Amino acid sequence: MTAIAASRLTGGAGRSFRKSKSALATIFIYAAFLVALVPLSLIIGYVIYRGASVINWDFLTGDIAYSPRAPSGGIGPAIVGTLLITGAATAMAVPLGILGGIWLQEYGARSRLASFVGFLADVMTGVPSIVMGLFIYTFIVLETKQTNAFAGALALGCLMLPVVIRTTEEMLRLVPSDQREASMALGSRKARTIVRVVLPAALPGIVSGALLAVARAAGETAPLLFTIGFTFTTNTNPFSGGNTALPVQIFGNANTPFAAAQDRAWGAALTLIVLVFLFTIVARVFSMLAARKQG
Amino acid sequence: MDASAATVTPTVSDAPITTNFFAPTGRPGADDVSSEPAPDDLAAQPVPERSREIVFEVSGLSVHYGQSLAIDNVSLEVGANEITAFIGPSGCGKTTVLRCLNRMHDLTPGARVGGSVHYHGEDLYAPKVDPAEVRRRIGMVFQRPNPFPKSIYDNVAYGPKINREKGKLDDIIERALTRAALWDEVKDQLKKSALSLSGGQQQRLCIARALAVQPDVLLMDEPCSALDPIATSRIEDLMAELKRDYTIVIVTHNMQQAARVSDMTAFFTAELDDAGQRHGELVEYDKTELMFTSPSDSRTEGYITGRFG
Repeated sequence: MTAIAASRLTGGAGRSFRKSKSALATIFIYAAFLVALVPLSLIIGYVIYRGASVINWDFLTGDIAYSPRAPSGGIGPAIVGTLLITGAATAMAVPLGILGGIWLQEYGARSRLASFVGFLADVMTGVPSIVMGLFIYTFIVLETKQTNAFAGALALGCLMLPVVIRTTEEMLRLVPSDQREASMALGSRKARTIVRVVLPAALPGIVSGALLAVARAAGETAPLLFTIGFTFTTNTNPFSGGNTALPVQIFGNANTPFAAAQDRAWGAALTLIVLVFLFTIVARVFSMLAARKQG
Repeated sequence: MDASAATVTPTVSDAPITTNFFAPTGRPGADDVSSEPAPDDLAAQPVPERSREIVFEVSGLSVHYGQSLAIDNVSLEVGANEITAFIGPSGCGKTTVLRCLNRMHDLTPGARVGGSVHYHGEDLYAPKVDPAEVRRRIGMVFQRPNPFPKSIYDNVAYGPKINREKGKLDDIIERALTRAALWDEVKDQLKKSALSLSGGQQQRLCIARALAVQPDVLLMDEPCSALDPIATSRIEDLMAELKRDYTIVIVTHNMQQAARVSDMTAFFTAELDDAGQRHGELVEYDKTELMFTSPSDSRTEGYITGRFG
């Protein structure tokens, strides 16, 4: 009130109080940002510091050492295994999850079944990853009497599925309904409207959600512990024979008291981070190109 | 110029209109909708009663949203090549009635439609009718311009593509944009995003997009409410131009607009029923000049003279 009464451009006492409150809030936000940056940069920095010296061509392509005590040995089979298992899990979970999200938002919306499925997806998101591993172990591994990459991929797929379903649903919900109406009013059917108008508009968000799920799955150890078995040499057959993955190697090597093995764990950790980073870039470029093609 | 044009173009003549919602491939594929001789300034002189061809025959229409009644017992007839305006205060159900005319209302969850709507004598709500084909024939322009986030070209091409329209796409697009009085402004930038256009241009693009599928009727739901007066007057000029070939039904909040552009005006209002529920109903429907000079219902008079609403 005083500020208005004074009617000066410099403002009154109340104004300077608000100004300092604003400045305080700004400082607080910057400080929070810096604090959030600390663990991020420490983790990445320390992994690079410990891992970079380990990484060379032999390390990336070599077979796994038969004894953790061995001074040399690579992670080639684990890189192949991670690509294979995560790739198979993505190929299963992402299409299924996107279709599920489409059903939830565009078809089932508001029905009792849809809210039940949505609830299940939420519960599934909260299930600890080791439980997924045990589930696949009980129903697949014990039944087929073998561990292989496919069983691991199933476990990771179960983990990814609810994330993809929920993000797809959320992203589709953000597409304005007037876009759907515009398409329907031109004589387009619902399925075509979804494929031609709704999905393209939601694509960047769906890709982000799928990436998040892939990155999470690629870093999971627990679901793989009972499902993929073990190998020292590269196994490209997902349906037969044991396999291994980077997180499993990190877990195994870091658990030993031997310096060489611990170094290999750091090397594998850095490799995993770089791999996930590369996935992210590829997917981003892909979704950018798709968006541009849409015009 | 093309004789077959008469089969898709409703005119004041008694040329037969072929309605065929069941076989999209069998629909008349005229490629020039702009070929009818133009009567002078139809807005000023309503079509004479004797040759008035009825496009929509709405009788006893009622719409429920869940349990609540939105509009009750609306009956009116919309004539071909006329501009029919729906006016009335907010919440009186005029948009609801409009959306019943091309079955857009089906898309609203929980909506139920009672009564009947006949389009050229055919029951729009008959079980065998394909709503997608209805909407292709009866185009719609919305309150807020809603172009797709695609290029100008792709926006107009969307309808012809999904309906597998015959003819060269480039020609269809040029004709639609020309009819919507937008071609000269955008012909050099067809690849640009539709979202880079101004609001008025976007709305004309939406009109072009609707015209590209060669509809018979254009429903406009407050098409100018998000536009400034200059853009509004361009759209109004366009409507006067379009009614040679199309039947237009427009919902508007703006009574001056209804008076300026329409031949017929329907006045809706919201009434409290015995149970204390508010629902919309049709108060009066007549020639626009009569509605605005000597309305027969006192509520219409009250609304158009600005006593309420």
